Amino acid sequence: MKDIAVVSFAQSDCRRDAGACNEVELIMPVIEQALQEVGLRNSQDVDFTCSGSCDYQQGAAFAFVMGVDALGAVPPIKESHVEMDAAWALYESMLKITMGQAESALIYGFGKSSPGELPTVLSQQLDPYYLAPLWVDSVSLAALQARVLLDRGIISEQDMAAVVSRSRANAKANNPHAQLAGDVSVEELLAEAEWVAPLRKHDCCPISDGASAMVIATVERARSWGRPFAVIKGIDHRMESHNIGARDLARSASTELAAEKAGVANGAVEVAELYAPFSHQEIILSRALGLDDSTEINPSGGVLAGNLMMASGLSRIGEVARHIMNGDIRRGVAHATSGPCLQHNLVAVLEAA
Amino acid sequence: MQYAAVTGIGQTQYKARRGDVSIAGLVHEAARNALDDAGLDWNDIEAVIIGKAPDMFEGVIMPEIYLADALGCDGKPMLRVHTAGSVGGSTALVAASHVQSGAFRRVLTVTFEKQSESNAMWALSNPQPFSPHLNAGAGGYFAPIMREYIRRSGAPRDTGIKVAVKDRLHGARNPLNHLQMPDISMQEVEDSPMLWDPIRFLESCPSSDGACAMVIADEGLANDGPRPPVWIRGGAMRSEPTMYAGRDEVNPQAGRDCVADVYAQAGIDNPRKQLDCAEVYVPFSWYEPMWLENLGFAEEGEGWRLTMEGATSLDEGGDIPWNCSGGVLCSNPIGASGMIRFAEAARQVRGDAGEHQVDGARTALGHAYGGGAQFYAMWVVSTDKS
Repeated sequence: MKDIAVVSFAQSDCRRDAGACNEVELIMPVIEQALQEVGLRNSQDVDFTCSGSCDYQQGAAFAFVMGVDALGAVPPIKESHVEMDAAWALYESMLKITMGQAESALIYGFGKSSPGELPTVLSQQLDPYYLAPLWVDSVSLAALQARVLLDRGIISEQDMAAVVSRSRANAKANNPHAQLAGDVSVEELLAEAEWVAPLRKHDCCPISDGASAMVIATVERARSWGRPFAVIKGIDHRMESHNIGARDLARSASTELAAEKAGVANGAVEVAELYAPFSHQEIILSRALGLDDSTEINPSGGVLAGNLMMASGLSRIGEVARHIMNGDIRRGVAHATSGPCLQHNLVAVLEAA
Repeated sequence: MQYAAVTGIGQTQYKARRGDVSIAGLVHEAARNALDDAGLDWNDIEAVIIGKAPDMFEGVIMPEIYLADALGCDGKPMLRVHTAGSVGGSTALVAASHVQSGAFRRVLTVTFEKQSESNAMWALSNPQPFSPHLNAGAGGYFAPIMREYIRRSGAPRDTGIKVAVKDRLHGARNPLNHLQMPDISMQEVEDSPMLWDPIRFLESCPSSDGACAMVIADEGLANDGPRPPVWIRGGAMRSEPTMYAGRDEVNPQAGRDCVADVYAQAGIDNPRKQLDCAEVYVPFSWYEPMWLENLGFAEEGEGWRLTMEGATSLDEGGDIPWNCSGGVLCSNPIGASGMIRFAEAARQVRGDAGEHQVDGARTALGHAYGGGAQFYAMWVVSTDKS
């Protein structure tokens, strides 16, 4: 894949309930902001547009069709959609640019989870014959995974609480869009009751409504816009078996593989933004990526501070890109996930131009 | 851009109900057939690109998660495309982009729908908090647009009937089809119940179970298999909003722009002459004359003449046969229907379409559309690389 420049990124506030705000109204402000930062008007000014969303959040077939209304797609545009996190819409856009059919692309992801019960809704992404009829929700599956880690002595409850404590503090310091932020100690967190044992409520990401958007381009095109940009030097994603009993839940083999292919180890990782919806998964992921204390993990607070389902993966990449565009760091790693217990993982390496 | 070719094609039997297989079994069958066709095994595939129509049709959210094992994806990249009814076509194009970008050498792409385990009418008519409730399904949605076509063009009323008969006669040559109607007549179609005026029961597509798969490889691997490679000469997608002031729903701009793009890539300026056949998404009979105009085979208002003259009929020796496979009117596993068009265009080009082969076909168009006739995906494939 070619080096691709991330030129702008915008994310909405993570809100527990966006109320009467519909999906188009969630998308439009972030698209406008991402485009305006580069001096573009609408989707007519980019060569390709790609989005990620999930029909089941909206409770309607073809939920993304409405999203097209937010784009200004008259005259018609080159456009595509993945029923995945928008990080994979970014991936599809990078293929399009690399093959030479586009020099720039607008990517967006959106999710309005508040109308339904997200953990229960997600039980319907499991094997429809053997698992989905049991309505195993996403929190319960994550709890099983946390139990494996605790029972094997790989992590402690203190480790999990420390992840949450740091997430809240980082969100308070750095992330105006966070839903959960503040100063809370490990002791305070551990004093709370278990929810779906061994998970406490704070070990689980909140449910949020919102959207994020990004503009990418070839490095040449990005230069011509004359604004700072970050470069995606490597990107890879890998799937694992859906048979949870056949996987070692204590590690993320697909993240390890994607990290190797994306070249994570080819340089220092100053910042990593990891899509870890549960506290213990941040530990699994940072190990899979080979990160140590020299890397600042989830300075935004990560998705424990606010989880825009279907946009959170794109936001992780956007957060790292923003650090690079601001000149704070020169190299960082972003991660996105999909499926129960980290079944599908994407890793991107971003660097300063 | 790197060259890319179709080196393997696999389809399932299309039926009202494939009760003999699960969803995983269905996609596995198509994928296995494509691998066998290409002389490959699972380990020869670097990535899998899967597509289907809305998750609500089967009630499985992001089914790539569940289908990872059935498609040999453990440890591989897997991407799920969803662009409404055009998804079968756009999935093929996204798969091709994996190879055309040079990022991958050989990928597998699969699309499916198992309508017997779903209720498309329910999924399409779910009441929404911010919109008026439309309990119409696709036929009810498109009927007024077809009536407007008839009003504008003055097409004879039996044009739709003719298409319904023609595609079923084509379809009787294709043993994979859900509907097998070798003895269908104009009278039989005319006598079938009127569903959504002007669409009668027999002028509408069926609801089918089925899956379609293809292997797409780069130039270096294109000649590795037992079949001749089918080269992708052009691919394009276009989208426009469902509604906007001045939108022409009969002859949508997005379709015209998309086909102009794909023809330009393939060096085609006279499609009727330069293409040997076309597989076009015609789920309701009247969409054949409408798309004949939208895709530049006929002037605006004249598409019905080609249909009535038999130009699109294999049986009547037409010069530009459309939907020799029988088309969507014979089998409609929605998410796969677009890819079947793309795959059948490729079969024609490599000369293995069996009883529905167009003699000497070298260049063909595959077409898919979706949403409120607002999403388009098309490709042109050829025996020649460039």
